[in-house]
Amino acid sequence: MDKNINVTLKVWRQKGPKEKGRFETYQLKNIFQGASFLEMLDILNEQLIKEGKDPVVFDHDCREGICGMCSLYINGHPHGAATGATTCQLYMRRFNDGDTITIEPWRSAGFPIIRDLMVDRSAYDKIIQAGGFVSVNTGGVPDANAIPIPKENADLAMDAAACIGCGACAAACKNGSAMLFVSAKVSQLALLPQGRIEAARRAKAMVAKMDELGFGNCTNTGACEAECPKNISISNIARLNREFISAKLKD
Amino acid sequence: MSQIDSKIPKGPLAEKWSNYKAHQKLVNPANKRRLDIIVVGTGLAGASAAASLAEMGFNVLNFCIQDSPRRAHSIAAQGGINAAKNYQNDGDSIYRLFYDTIKGGDYRAREANVYRLAEVSNNIIDQCVAQGVPFAREYGGLLDNRSFGGAQVSRTFYARGQTGQQLLLGAYSALSRQIGKGKVKMYTRHEMLDVVLIDGRARGIITRNLITGKIERYAAHAVVVATGGYVNTFFLSTNAMASNGSAAWQCYKKGAYFANPCMVQIHPTCIPVHGDFQSKLTLMSESLRNDGRIWVPKKIEDAKALQAGKKQGKDIPEEDRDYYLERRYPAFGNMDPRDEATRAAMERCDAGFGVNNTGLAVFLDFSDAIKRLGKEVVKQKYGNLFDMYEEITDENPYETPMMIYPALHYSMGGLWVDYELQTSIPGLFAIGEANFSDHGANRLGASALMQGLADGYFVLPYTIQNYLADQIQVPRFSTDLPEFEEAEKNIEARIQKLMSIQGKESVDSIHKRLGHIMWEHIGMARDEKGLKEAIEMLKDLKKEFWSNVYIPGSGDDQNIELEKALRLADFIEIGTLMAHDALDRAESCGGHFRVEHQTEEGEALRHDDKFAYVSCWEYQGEDKDPVMLKEMLNYEFVVPQTRNYKK
Amino acid sequence: MWLFNSSIGRKFVMSLSGLFLILFLTFHFAMNLVAVFSGDAYNMVCEFLGANWYALVGTLVLAFGFVVHIFYAFWLTLQNRKARGNDRYAVVAKPKQVEWASQNMLVLGIIVIVFFVLHLAQFWYKMQFNEIAGLDLGVDPHDGYWLIQTTFSNPLFVVLYLVWFAALWFHLTHGFWSAIQTIGWNNNVWLNRWKVISNIYTTIICVGFAFIAIYFYAIA
Repeated sequence: MDKNINVTLKVWRQKGPKEKGRFETYQLKNIFQGASFLEMLDILNEQLIKEGKDPVVFDHDCREGICGMCSLYINGHPHGAATGATTCQLYMRRFNDGDTITIEPWRSAGFPIIRDLMVDRSAYDKIIQAGGFVSVNTGGVPDANAIPIPKENADLAMDAAACIGCGACAAACKNGSAMLFVSAKVSQLALLPQGRIEAARRAKAMVAKMDELGFGNCTNTGACEAECPKNISISNIARLNREFISAKLKD
Repeated sequence: MSQIDSKIPKGPLAEKWSNYKAHQKLVNPANKRRLDIIVVGTGLAGASAAASLAEMGFNVLNFCIQDSPRRAHSIAAQGGINAAKNYQNDGDSIYRLFYDTIKGGDYRAREANVYRLAEVSNNIIDQCVAQGVPFAREYGGLLDNRSFGGAQVSRTFYARGQTGQQLLLGAYSALSRQIGKGKVKMYTRHEMLDVVLIDGRARGIITRNLITGKIERYAAHAVVVATGGYVNTFFLSTNAMASNGSAAWQCYKKGAYFANPCMVQIHPTCIPVHGDFQSKLTLMSESLRNDGRIWVPKKIEDAKALQAGKKQGKDIPEEDRDYYLERRYPAFGNMDPRDEATRAAMERCDAGFGVNNTGLAVFLDFSDAIKRLGKEVVKQKYGNLFDMYEEITDENPYETPMMIYPALHYSMGGLWVDYELQTSIPGLFAIGEANFSDHGANRLGASALMQGLADGYFVLPYTIQNYLADQIQVPRFSTDLPEFEEAEKNIEARIQKLMSIQGKESVDSIHKRLGHIMWEHIGMARDEKGLKEAIEMLKDLKKEFWSNVYIPGSGDDQNIELEKALRLADFIEIGTLMAHDALDRAESCGGHFRVEHQTEEGEALRHDDKFAYVSCWEYQGEDKDPVMLKEMLNYEFVVPQTRNYKK
Repeated sequence: MWLFNSSIGRKFVMSLSGLFLILFLTFHFAMNLVAVFSGDAYNMVCEFLGANWYALVGTLVLAFGFVVHIFYAFWLTLQNRKARGNDRYAVVAKPKQVEWASQNMLVLGIIVIVFFVLHLAQFWYKMQFNEIAGLDLGVDPHDGYWLIQTTFSNPLFVVLYLVWFAALWFHLTHGFWSAIQTIGWNNNVWLNRWKVISNIYTTIICVGFAFIAIYFYAIA
């Protein structure tokens, strides 16, 4: 049964990208375990505002695990220790009375800190802009059922397409690699006949952009998969490698 | 007499859109390059419009408040998207989709718009498949469908429980392609705070950079608002935390009509409220109603025992369960439209049959489906939703019935637009949920995605050219013009004023009070007395807000509390307009239920003779009552009837 | 050139060179196994792989494989540290699915190299190098069997070699399947299969090497 608990928070506070950050410690009393983790932070912020202090800045929006806006590295795990869930889907019943919770921003050269726990993830958008699409204009496309697609492929594509672009993969990776993110998009589109046509071009363009933006080299530790809130599989990374290498060998 | 011209093309219903397209003005490719369009918002409507316009050759400036265009709240739509493909051979057609939507909207939508929506619905599916959207498929490789509330055919296309996400990512990928090409300039973490008019036409916007706090000016030949709905007025809703009505509200304050503000949708299947710290309500997809059965106990003593925690759902024997939707609406049963399912839940809970500790919940039970289909099949169909439910409530829906309750979900009302999706301000367009156009008084499930993408991909890119064709001689505007100067000054003054209050109440605590007023008085059931009270209470709340809100930090820096305060200031005013509209509409229709106007059986009672109009509210100035103009709804092709989902 | 300037290209080089070294280990293991059965046969192999041109070419290729693998290892690690950024997490928790070895490949690799140098000094220097350079070390370059016997009669060397094999085991259990993954020969089904295969294969090789070392200590 859910009850009320007291927790100690160690929260990373940093005024701006260039400023030096540090941990601040806050005590929170009587937090209902049925509250979500972000509601707990709302309560913290209400408390800080009452004390005339600046609230903690963190990204969040849909609060139902789909927009990918929330982040937070909680007790050593992106999106907390729960698997297959984002921070906003984390509930306080995962914590015990008296726990100390350390909350840090994503730390990766690809995601510079904006303020406190908020980071800049626009690098992921830039990678998509480099080739994460099928080049079709609006209108003039064939009937949706014109090309049958084997259910297994459609399902695999959907597995990959479930990526929410939150950045947990790169944040969890000791190499700061964005391969899981890139491979999910490359896989989704390579598995479907509509995306197959420019698969080689796409893989090359997206990997080139990823490298240019300074993300690291994948060493297959699998931390990304383990921490991914959408359980994206690293078999997608194998597919990306395959696509990329065969594209380069053909050149 | 209609006072407002909605510019509906002449001719038979099925030919209006083709006729329009055949005769509208177009802009030639060389001129498109010289025209700039601002699109505010990157949801289904905004992203698809920005991408399509850029593909055509216009220069697009696209804005969003999130850190990436991919995060707009369209992403959260779970269930699916309707289209009249008739792939299932169950008798679907464009006309039937049109008819279902008109009927579902309780005959308060514009026929011509809805028909056009049904017409382009098929193109949307084609477009999305071409973009690589991984819709669910059958083993034969063709697209799968499921059924949704208010329809007797299976016309809903879906991608697991994440259809909105997949459609949005499709539009986002098209948008990204144009950003990569330089045809769209993307401004993330920018919030539109005002629309700038020059000589009565929309020519730009003022934004606040949410990272630096800097006020910025942008000019263009036309402005498209695609900023979604305003149900966060209620504080608790299924919308994202940052979803707001401010962009649309600024347009209203600059002279654009606001239409049918009282028409908001309360979704029947959400996870019930669990505490006053709660920040949002989580929707459980309507698709659950395909296999789940909704019930409350028949006996009041069982309900009391449930409320006291002495009994659990599974302890109530079959014969003591009241499957009230199946009882009241035998033909549609649990697949009844949202407004009716919502009201029926409220009616049972008001009568004391609620099943949780607050008495504000009903059961959604899968035990029959598990018996019939097996746990594995149920898991395959709804596994992720069940997991989500368990994570939030700590209860296992495979074993004990889910508890659900209605929650604010969608606003059918919004900026008034004509057939061309142009507001009453020339050059200002509104698309997607931000406009009022297609859903009448109630939106059917899986229609929001359809409308957002229809507007963005297939309607606006045509209709906006009819306007822009006359603008090709107009040079680019400088943002140094006095109109921009003044707009920026006003914004700065407003921020200055907010920052200088330094009161005692946090923004959220005032917003929660607003939510309570809205839910109690302008929620699922409304009456004249309550609405009048609400108007007074909202006046007080506005005063309280402007004299006692506390915002820490500074105005010209990143400031999350200031962002919320700016939105809340508008929410209070939106709430007030909703109350005015609800008071004016002395009938019950769709999502708007006036308790004075119901049948003996408790069903909504429409008054077509008096209220077959769109109420278009015109701003009259600060603290002055708005004036209502009517756009009469002339039903030429269907005969408005009392909706009947009983048989 | 994509083998230098793309991340996947660099990893591809790492994988190919790694697989090549695994292949070499397999041959080496097979060769050592011969020693268990017959000292004469083993010495024949030693003679065959002495200062002949094909053995020298083979050695050069092998050395190139080592150098490439080691050079890329340091290069990739440096890049990855940069990509990680300067600020480190205060609290880190390793998810249980993540192999310890996978996060310590460079360290394991360095351990492997250090012992490898010892091994070269003890065997290769006295055998192939001895033969080409014509040194007078008082050792018959073709009597590898005698070298094994004397080396492993010393318990210190046995222990050192066992540590080496352990490090090699960790390095290869990750390295093997990781190389396959990087080349792209993987999918949902084969992911676990390759992991199992690489565990079994690595165990056979490393336990086999260890067995030979212990065997010679035992018979000494």
